[in-house]
Amino acid sequence: MYNSPSPLEVQVLTRRFRLPNSHSIETYLQNDGYKAVEKALGMSQEDIINEVKASGLRGRGGAGFPTGMKWGFVPRTSPKPKYIMVNGDESEPGTCKDRLLMQYDPHQLIEGIIIAGQAVGAEQGYIYIRGEFRYLIEHMDRAIAEAYQRGFLGANIFGSGKTFHLATHSGAGAYECGEESALLESFEGKRGNPRIRPPFPAVAGAYQCPTILNNVETYCAVPSIILNGAAHFAGLGSPKNGGTRLFCLSGHVNKPGVYELPMGFNLMRMINEVGGGVRGGKKLKAVIPGGSSCPVLKADECDLAMDFDSVAAAKSMLGSGGVVVMDEDTCMVKAALRIMRFYAHESCGWCIPCREGTTWLRKLLQRFHDGMGTKSDIVLIGDLSKNMLGRTFCPLGDAAAMPTIAFVEKFRDEFEAHLDGKPCPYEKSSKLVAA
Amino acid sequence: MADLVKFTIDGIELEAPAGTLVIEAAKKNGIEIPSFCYYEGYSLQAACRMCLVEVERMPKMQVACTLPVGPGMVVRTNTPQIQAARKGTLEFLLGNHPLDCPVCDKGGECELQDMVFRYGAGESRFTETKIHVDEQQWSPVVFYDAPRCILCFRCVRACDEGMGVGALGVINRGAVSLIAPNMQDHLNCDECGQCIDICPVGALTSGTYRYQTRPWEMEHVGTICTHCSDGCKTTLGVRHEQIMRGNNRDRSGINGEFLCVKGRYAFDFYDHAERLQTPMVRNVAGKLEPASWSKALEVVAKKFGEIKARGGRFGIVGSNHTTNEENFYLQKFARECLGTNNIDHRRTGDVTTLVDALSGTSGTLATTADLYEKKAFLIIGADLSIEHPFLAFQIRANYRHHQAHVYTVTADEVREEKTAVRAIRKPRFQEFDALPELRDALAAEPNLVILFGDSVKGEDVRKLVAFGESLGIPVSYCALVDYSNSRGAIDMGLTPELLPGYHASGTPGLNVGEMLAATDLDAFWVIGENPLENAKLSTKRPFVVVQDMFLTETAQKADVVLPSASAYEKNGTVTNGCGEVQKLKRAVSMLGTKPDLEIIGLIAKEMGFAPRMGPWLPDTVFNEIRKAVKGYDIPLPAITLGAQQTMPVNGRVGVQTNPDLVASAHENLFTSGTLGRYSKILNSVIEKRANQ
Repeated sequence: MYNSPSPLEVQVLTRRFRLPNSHSIETYLQNDGYKAVEKALGMSQEDIINEVKASGLRGRGGAGFPTGMKWGFVPRTSPKPKYIMVNGDESEPGTCKDRLLMQYDPHQLIEGIIIAGQAVGAEQGYIYIRGEFRYLIEHMDRAIAEAYQRGFLGANIFGSGKTFHLATHSGAGAYECGEESALLESFEGKRGNPRIRPPFPAVAGAYQCPTILNNVETYCAVPSIILNGAAHFAGLGSPKNGGTRLFCLSGHVNKPGVYELPMGFNLMRMINEVGGGVRGGKKLKAVIPGGSSCPVLKADECDLAMDFDSVAAAKSMLGSGGVVVMDEDTCMVKAALRIMRFYAHESCGWCIPCREGTTWLRKLLQRFHDGMGTKSDIVLIGDLSKNMLGRTFCPLGDAAAMPTIAFVEKFRDEFEAHLDGKPCPYEKSSKLVAA
Repeated sequence: MADLVKFTIDGIELEAPAGTLVIEAAKKNGIEIPSFCYYEGYSLQAACRMCLVEVERMPKMQVACTLPVGPGMVVRTNTPQIQAARKGTLEFLLGNHPLDCPVCDKGGECELQDMVFRYGAGESRFTETKIHVDEQQWSPVVFYDAPRCILCFRCVRACDEGMGVGALGVINRGAVSLIAPNMQDHLNCDECGQCIDICPVGALTSGTYRYQTRPWEMEHVGTICTHCSDGCKTTLGVRHEQIMRGNNRDRSGINGEFLCVKGRYAFDFYDHAERLQTPMVRNVAGKLEPASWSKALEVVAKKFGEIKARGGRFGIVGSNHTTNEENFYLQKFARECLGTNNIDHRRTGDVTTLVDALSGTSGTLATTADLYEKKAFLIIGADLSIEHPFLAFQIRANYRHHQAHVYTVTADEVREEKTAVRAIRKPRFQEFDALPELRDALAAEPNLVILFGDSVKGEDVRKLVAFGESLGIPVSYCALVDYSNSRGAIDMGLTPELLPGYHASGTPGLNVGEMLAATDLDAFWVIGENPLENAKLSTKRPFVVVQDMFLTETAQKADVVLPSASAYEKNGTVTNGCGEVQKLKRAVSMLGTKPDLEIIGLIAKEMGFAPRMGPWLPDTVFNEIRKAVKGYDIPLPAITLGAQQTMPVNGRVGVQTNPDLVASAHENLFTSGTLGRYSKILNSVIEKRANQ
């Protein structure tokens, strides 16, 4: 069982999570399950898309692109088959919500997918599940089988005469495959390199056919929007940021966990009231607001509404909802190194700036943290990051560059504290090893 | 043609068809946008990020290699931001790139070197440990030095898209990504070496060229490959009278930069240890012993003179590899001086019937350029990728760029089937049975090229042309032949029944088979051919003269052996399978040898026929050919650098030829008759493949 709930939560997507056998179709059906899709089957495609547009739902994968607008880009009159693709490749460090959505309420996801299928006239959906989530593949397969048994999936869904099939597809353990076009390549059985865009997946996605590609959480929000109306969903959040969001609160807080909170919820309240404050009564030093690719916020920048626009105004990103809290004892050089190590490991190797930049920076930050840094290295870290930023093929390079630039700019004093062979001030026994 | 779009690059107002990529539009107008991964003709990658440009009203820099020009687009290619980006990318690349330029094969013609020279990042800020991977040998001709690799994926595309082989891929990810061969640690491929050629740095290197020389130490001689009949231009790198490498990076020939394993590597027969470098005359003890040229020529001339004087019988076999000039000169000498029509060569495709059948029809001969431009192709009885790699490459590129329709009718699986709209299997000589079911589809094509192998000959060729005529669309044809001048040998009248230009010879002489079967030959003269490889002369002890590079089975039986120059050691012209005439250019000289043209000339001179034969200068003889052979009246500038197709007959061919004489050797990628037997590299490839 996951963390205990917070009274401040507004449970829409997670409202069935704590029911007994929440994953079973029976539990789902007893709690408004599959009512939204029945409603959607009576609506026109245009109406479904407009409803989603009006709800203010924005992509929960990280970029925050308006979902209804994305669906509207699909050429519905195209003679090609259309596909619904689900991005379940949740890999952003600090993010752990999609797996709960699949584990505790798989039918909510399935229902959202079927509705998306109706919105664009697709007859086939695929859930691309991160390779490390092996257990969830079986879990989702069982749920899909239940839906087939009830006639919710298959040749004649809900007796409507319409067809919709759904299947899972396993990733093989690559962060890059969470990027939508790399996911499609991987799904088609190729090396998971990103594609040149345009064309975007809405026009040429899976097998070069029109494809809707959204995050698990995005689809999970759809049944509630259809059932309770766009206005209800939109009203839950802040302007232009409809609904609730699953925030993955981790790091140095007393009560880490996944909490469903309205969009625009204040970050300091999230840390102190939802998360029970910083662990051990320590002082807050910094917060990564939306997963490892988002620029770090200093403690004094954290009085902030957690929606896409407010966090962007603070020069960071809401990202995928992974809120990483760091207390006063955290070494920011080490944090930067830890993040860069991840990106160097996950860079697909397709483009030069990301491939070479992440590995160079990893080596440089490692040396720096080990006490072998020089003053010019601080400049170099910034230069190399800026040489990646905006020049890479896909956002992975930006994801590695942006936090690094922020760490250096906001915590330059900590970088300087590591200079000249000085041991890391935050570690009891710092390594001092000649390269 | 697409609509023209107006746009601006670096303040210059330009126009290009809609859809043109910014990088191409810039190049056409003399503006360089640097790139590694962009390669004309292959799929777009946008991976190297070197071609970033600024475009007005676009917030981020854009990659010029995937950005089509738009109306009113304002592009800048040389702002401080772009300069910084280029320098930054080069700095990244040099991070792990070894600075072994002083020993690297690519030094001097390396794109990375050039870029760093021009765009900066010459001083490194990289103080970490570089990633090292040991060098790997993937085949006798392909080595991979991973640290030098900049992962531009050109090789992967050249192999997959260009060759249809797909033997190269990428393994691992991030900075430790590597190019990898299809068989774990080695390659199973065509060994064409395109991957090496296309590599912008020294990551893929050639097994024959590596660490041998520096590019600037060589002279580059553009000539024509002497192996198959496709007639690819190969530019030989020559240093101190030694051929160091073959490639065609300047894309100046009909083949662009395509070369197969033979064109790129198999020139190496020329300095084989067994190469003949002195004439040999059989002594009284019956053994071949070295002799001077004057002695050997004297023996030949004296004997030929005696035989001619007493009205004896000559049998003369010419070659598929010798030049048009040599072939023309030989048949002239045979007919006009020795007075015989007993002259032949090994016929590998029924060109004669084709040119006859085409007369009076709308059909034409296909050019190699047609293979890239026409809309549909019917391949009958030939494994094109294996026997005619360049023709196959053209059709493959056509399919990739213009979605050409390919139809195949073959006995076995062929590579062209992968892209074919219809692939039919029929046993050899029964291919015709498949044509009725293709008729409707073919008739619906805008135009068609029919390529056929040696299983279509004689009456079948006529039926095929009639079938093509009945389709009601423009059809062109290619009768596939085996060797570099197979087509030219027929055009030049190396047959007993036909004179140059397909005129009847009057009283036909003996063909090769009849010469071997005759019991009363007085002289058997073989130039660059090996008829006794698997056969015997029926005549007991005729006077045998052989001109060859090696002591072949035929040469071993000779009374006089005259060492001749290879195609890389002489000038002249050859005609490829599509009838395109191209020029050979001498790259090296081999001590002791003489071009066959000179040898024939010297024999004629020794016999007193010099005034009648004229000088043995290739250009002089070619001028004679221009007058004597229809279609060969080619302005010399046309073939100085390029190729020109000939149609050597207009009207019916004077005499029917025997189709039974036509038989292809079906040389594959790694065989090439006698030449192949003496090529170290072809043999090493064959051995390596046999052992794996």
